[in-house]
Amino acid sequence: MTTRILIKNGRLIDPANNVDRVTDVLIEGDRVSHIGPVSACDAYLIKAAGKIISPGLIDLHVHFREPGDEEEETIASGSAAAVAGGFTSVVCMPNTSPSIDEATAVEFVHRMGRQARKTFIYVMGAITRERKGQELAEIGLMSQAGAIGFTDDGSGVQDASIMLKAMKYVSMFDRVICQHCQYNSLAGKGVMNAGYQSTVLGLPGIDPLAEEMMLWRDVQLVRKCNCKYHAQHLSTIGSVKIMREAKQMGLPVSCEVSPHHLLLTEDMCSDYDTNYKVNPPLRTKADIEALKQAVKEGVIDALATDHAPHLMSEKELEFLAAPFGIASLECALPLYIKALIEPGVIDWSNMLAMMTCRPAAVIGVDKGRLGVGDRADVTIIDPEAEWTIDANKFISKSRNCPYHGWKVKGKVLNTIVAGEIRYTAAS
Amino acid sequence: MDTTFQWRHKHLIGLAELSRQELEFILDTAKGFEEFSARSVKKAPTLRGKVVVNMFFEDSTRTRNSFTLAANRLSADVIEFTKTSSSVNKGETLIDTARNLEAMGVDIVVIRHSAGGAPKLLSRSINACVVNAGDGYHEHPTQALLDAYTIRQVRGSLDGLTVGIVGDIAHSRVARSNIYVLTKLGAKVIVVGPPTLMPGKIEQLGVRVSHNLDEVIEELDVINMLRIQFERLGGNMFPSVREYSHFFGLTVERVKRARPNILVMHPGPINRGVEIESEVADGPNSVILQQVSNGVAVRMAVLFLVNQAAALQGENKTGKSENQTN
Amino acid sequence: MKKLLTKEQIAQTLDELLSKILPDIPQDGNFAVIGIRSRGEVLAKRLCKAIEAKTGRDVLGGTLDITLYRDDLNAPKGNNQPKVRATEIEFDVSDKFILLVDDVLHTGRSVRAAMDALTDLGRPKTIRLAVLVDRGHQELPIRADYVGIRTEAPAEQSIKVYLMESDGKEEVVID
Repeated sequence: MTTRILIKNGRLIDPANNVDRVTDVLIEGDRVSHIGPVSACDAYLIKAAGKIISPGLIDLHVHFREPGDEEEETIASGSAAAVAGGFTSVVCMPNTSPSIDEATAVEFVHRMGRQARKTFIYVMGAITRERKGQELAEIGLMSQAGAIGFTDDGSGVQDASIMLKAMKYVSMFDRVICQHCQYNSLAGKGVMNAGYQSTVLGLPGIDPLAEEMMLWRDVQLVRKCNCKYHAQHLSTIGSVKIMREAKQMGLPVSCEVSPHHLLLTEDMCSDYDTNYKVNPPLRTKADIEALKQAVKEGVIDALATDHAPHLMSEKELEFLAAPFGIASLECALPLYIKALIEPGVIDWSNMLAMMTCRPAAVIGVDKGRLGVGDRADVTIIDPEAEWTIDANKFISKSRNCPYHGWKVKGKVLNTIVAGEIRYTAAS
Repeated sequence: MDTTFQWRHKHLIGLAELSRQELEFILDTAKGFEEFSARSVKKAPTLRGKVVVNMFFEDSTRTRNSFTLAANRLSADVIEFTKTSSSVNKGETLIDTARNLEAMGVDIVVIRHSAGGAPKLLSRSINACVVNAGDGYHEHPTQALLDAYTIRQVRGSLDGLTVGIVGDIAHSRVARSNIYVLTKLGAKVIVVGPPTLMPGKIEQLGVRVSHNLDEVIEELDVINMLRIQFERLGGNMFPSVREYSHFFGLTVERVKRARPNILVMHPGPINRGVEIESEVADGPNSVILQQVSNGVAVRMAVLFLVNQAAALQGENKTGKSENQTN
Repeated sequence: MKKLLTKEQIAQTLDELLSKILPDIPQDGNFAVIGIRSRGEVLAKRLCKAIEAKTGRDVLGGTLDITLYRDDLNAPKGNNQPKVRATEIEFDVSDKFILLVDDVLHTGRSVRAAMDALTDLGRPKTIRLAVLVDRGHQELPIRADYVGIRTEAPAEQSIKVYLMESDGKEEVVID
């Protein structure tokens, strides 16, 4: 017998289909079977009056640390955190230990994801073996095993000729090649943005140019080989400009932005609080404004958390020694609301597009919309609920969250993955 | 001295967060310790029964000895904890080390560390007072205080003076702390060095930037020559020691062109012939050794004050009160 | 609040104090007057001048800052944080007859601190204590050698001495 779920009287926002209206959604099995008024029927009922029904949220950028650093996060704990954050699909980055740089590793991640049975797990493979930036990894075999894109995230591919080869090679499999744009020679041993704060704190800085120059280089390479290219977590005014121009040229490029680059600035490092240590580093107010403007113009394609869990004991170190990263999967939605909807940068439909159909398009998967016959990945959101972020209550194994204690608005109530309710918020 | 002023900081992490009044209060307090060196018994019972630990994660004979002497003169017991390790990440963490020491009943931790922010991290994690004896490129508050003290001692006041700080500004905690105290006490500061050794947006700290020592030398009342650590900088920041000395070294020639009463300072240890010529370092304008003597008085004042603040806070917590001494 | 001494009475009391001190001053000149900061300092300076006027000889004077020797440093009262100031004694105290001067003798703790501070500077031959007011309630075996006035005020009342040089007015009050 197929299970049936009826979501009643919710505001269905399905940007891919240009839908924004109050209606009912009926799910049968793992598919959406009906949209429109449904009279009482034999189904599990979710009353959604005043709530938003969204296609399941997609996060293009998470670190679940498995294999290798299971004390920080596992695919199981990360998956549970993902559905708590409203995400029905996430894309795991390959910078584990060992790196995801061959087909069995890809299969391993998929298997752990299936076993966790929470969110849908996608994985990107490494571009180069062991992410060393020297030899191409087995991109073809990983593609066949299901890797939906390639990146050496954590660092960028430094050598232009290797990047060019990788772009050409990846395009053979119709996958997206992604880049953590950062020239190491310019970034040096930097631990935060190079600017006034790094001067005051006496910490080595990462100049915005380290990101911008690699992005610019990559855009030139894309011009040459016309492959599908995605720039990860852009953080600077200059990057926005380069990306805007690349899109104006009609290149097949896309990019994402992370909540911390929309909300936090370098000034927040002033107390040497390592929860603000992240790569790319927190920049300035002007950078935030430029990124918001880019979101408004549609230059940014996706909102991606870059959820990077770390143990408290690792973060309780000197700022120089602590690892980079912020854990934000479970509070991402209200953070985007705070950054983009509350100040009126974009509306709900545009924001949800950047969390559903547009990221789906980046990785080329058939998801991110909610029409009859579509897979029943659904996120139900209470846009008005006010709550306080408490990192100690995270399902994620890690607590390295600078938003701890923030008062936010907007809450995930239910997360439905393939017709199964995988998360229900405690009332 | 303002008699109603209360010193409230149980940690001394940096001078950036201190007001002019607080900075002057430290210097005024240090004045009370100045005559100690001339006494027959160079000791007061002020910190008797208190334990001071010198946690030095980076080599420094001079600063450590100065703190040890300061603590000893106040009758504190001093534990020397030295661990020079190039990697801050290996073995026991800083916080664990400090908590272990604290468990032995340490009252004041004096910390020198190669990572900027280490003292701040410590102050958040333990109950003892934390005194920064230099952290990375961040701050070296007691050095800058003794520099300011020395200038005040000779010139009476810093108001209206022009002070040049010459050398590797980018990698200098001494420069940063000096900029804060000097500008707050009314001096004009010019930082001088090659662009490769100038940190970004330094002018936002209210200083003037110059890359030409010869152009500014005539304006200076005080010149503070920073130590050039060529072994650490390699050939990346400037081509050679010879070239550096040529453009930025304090030579007899340059001193001749300066104001006749210019004060020549150096935080030590001196690289004779690199940033400063011997004749200048030992010459009549040099107050380098005076700086060292004043260092003890300033550090006594700092140890005394942080301990006072801690006692005050403890007092406010327990709410007990003692009879006033009369 | 009750006035214990007026301006005129302070002057008179100091005169009486002086007449008690003068006979004890050694003739060899090995004599110095040292005041305890801050009002003892003022009184010491006045006594110094008066002695010089009477004897026609220069008298060594100095000021002692006892902050570092206080026994309540680690239990300060909230609004009474001690301030360190310099001790200004430009001569060797060893083998001298030292007249230590303070405004009020109460618990005796200041005098104890002052004696410790003095002995850290050298080895005086004799230390004598002169105070303007002895109000009793000593907690240490310390007594003044020369007393201006004695008063038996309850311990919880405080006696405040105001002097022209430090306070801009001249009186002793109890409240």
